[in-house]
Amino acid sequence: MHGLVNRALQGFLCDTYDRDTWAEVRNQAGLPVDGFESMLHYEDRLTEQVILAAAHVLQRDRASLLEDVGTYLISHPNQSALRRLMRFGGDSFFDFLQSLDDLSGRARLAVPDLDMPDLHIRHDRSNRFVLDIRWGLPGMGAVFVGALRAMADDYGALAFFEAEVLEDGCEQVVIELVDQAFACGRSFSLGGRPA
Amino acid sequence: MTRPRMDQLALSRRALDRLMPMHLWFAATGEVLHTGPTLTKIAGGADLRGQPVRDVVEILRPKAAAGLPALLSLEGARLRLCLRGKPDLPLRGMIVALPAGVGGLINLSLGLSFARAVSDCNLTLKDFAPCDQTVDLLYLREANAAIAQESRNLTDRLQSAWAAAEAQALTDTLTGLANRRAMDAALQAMVDEPLPRFGLMHLDLDFFKEVNDTLGHAAGDHVLTRAADILRAEIRAGDIVARVGGDEFVLLFRDCDDPDLLEAIAARLISRLEEPISIEGQPCRISASAGSVLASHYERPDRDKMLNDADLALYASKNRGRAQHTLFSDALLAPLRHN
Repeated sequence: MHGLVNRALQGFLCDTYDRDTWAEVRNQAGLPVDGFESMLHYEDRLTEQVILAAAHVLQRDRASLLEDVGTYLISHPNQSALRRLMRFGGDSFFDFLQSLDDLSGRARLAVPDLDMPDLHIRHDRSNRFVLDIRWGLPGMGAVFVGALRAMADDYGALAFFEAEVLEDGCEQVVIELVDQAFACGRSFSLGGRPA
Repeated sequence: MTRPRMDQLALSRRALDRLMPMHLWFAATGEVLHTGPTLTKIAGGADLRGQPVRDVVEILRPKAAAGLPALLSLEGARLRLCLRGKPDLPLRGMIVALPAGVGGLINLSLGLSFARAVSDCNLTLKDFAPCDQTVDLLYLREANAAIAQESRNLTDRLQSAWAAAEAQALTDTLTGLANRRAMDAALQAMVDEPLPRFGLMHLDLDFFKEVNDTLGHAAGDHVLTRAADILRAEIRAGDIVARVGGDEFVLLFRDCDDPDLLEAIAARLISRLEEPISIEGQPCRISASAGSVLASHYERPDRDKMLNDADLALYASKNRGRAQHTLFSDALLAPLRHN
């Protein structure tokens, strides 16, 4: 797994909780390193071990923990660069949702060796979208629920999200877009300083 | 059934604005008829209609003579140009002539200054046609900046780790001998023993600078490595030899309080160091001067005092004409007292 993914988990634990929490998770997960480096690669099992250890240390179920990771990735000030990059996806939350098909491609444009899930978005009814997520690591549906909810807030849209796991292991997020202009959202200036 | 003529196309102004939001349409007379919405925004919202196109747009490259025919002669060429109202914002463009009487069309793009243009003119996603990859460039630019920052962070962390490792290192990387840090620690441990009994020798190569100056640093390094091998070979197990400076070495001899023994060791070291070394077929000669102290000389030996006294003895050897050894005695302090 790419260091950026592992580093995001580490950042979530350090920034949302504290360094002691991270140290304990690291110990329980038996990590051979003090911390992940964003630009290196690690064995996939380490990522899984960190998630399991974090759920255990924080006494949280996997889905709600991963949902918080998703929210953190978009809304925490330390991740403002990622939030900006996501806003390039579209001028409105509607456009943004349509752009999710391109998300993995866009990410690999910047980091060619990044592990990204296969994403496919369908607009199946007037205000309903279904996002299919296929990836080796279970729980991505929850991560996307957290991240998409934070993006909806960012755009000022009102939407409901629900994650499901299909029998073949494919994870789905169903999105009901209620109001595109529910609140004013956070400002995004295209030429804003790169974070 | 005949197909309609396929070499002409009518587009509404609205369609043009959407397809090419940075276009400028001018009449056969040369006056601006219309500018696309994004170009209007870049011009600071100014209404450019009615002005002569050559007053609005300055062609930077290729050079073009004044007048409309010269402008139209650039049809199809890759143009570098700018708005006269925004001379510091270079644009890229292309001009096509429209059918007689309708004038010409210039389509523009931001070129390499896209990032500055977007922030200076407050452009948004809506200001770019979906086919325009400027937004992707902006995305890539930000993503690259973020990734470059991550790489810099990694480099910084590696550098501090390297510096920390180096600070803790006990070995001289060139010769593999102990370094000053290791020698300081070993000497302190010896001084701290209940009954310190050891000898300390400070040895400095003679004529080493000449080797370095005339034969180069690689030859100098070779000589240092050879000298280190000799010193290592001549000491007993348990004794310590450290490189503490460019061509300076400190040797610590355990269980030693015999001045004659130190004298004999020094004589052997000097004579072995004087054996010619062959460098690129040329014999190369150095020697060494040494100064020693014995811990038993002091009532309560002190690390810095011993190093200092060994240093004085070494300089006495140098003053007596090099290639010699001097055992420290209080008499060596006498010249200092006169100062």
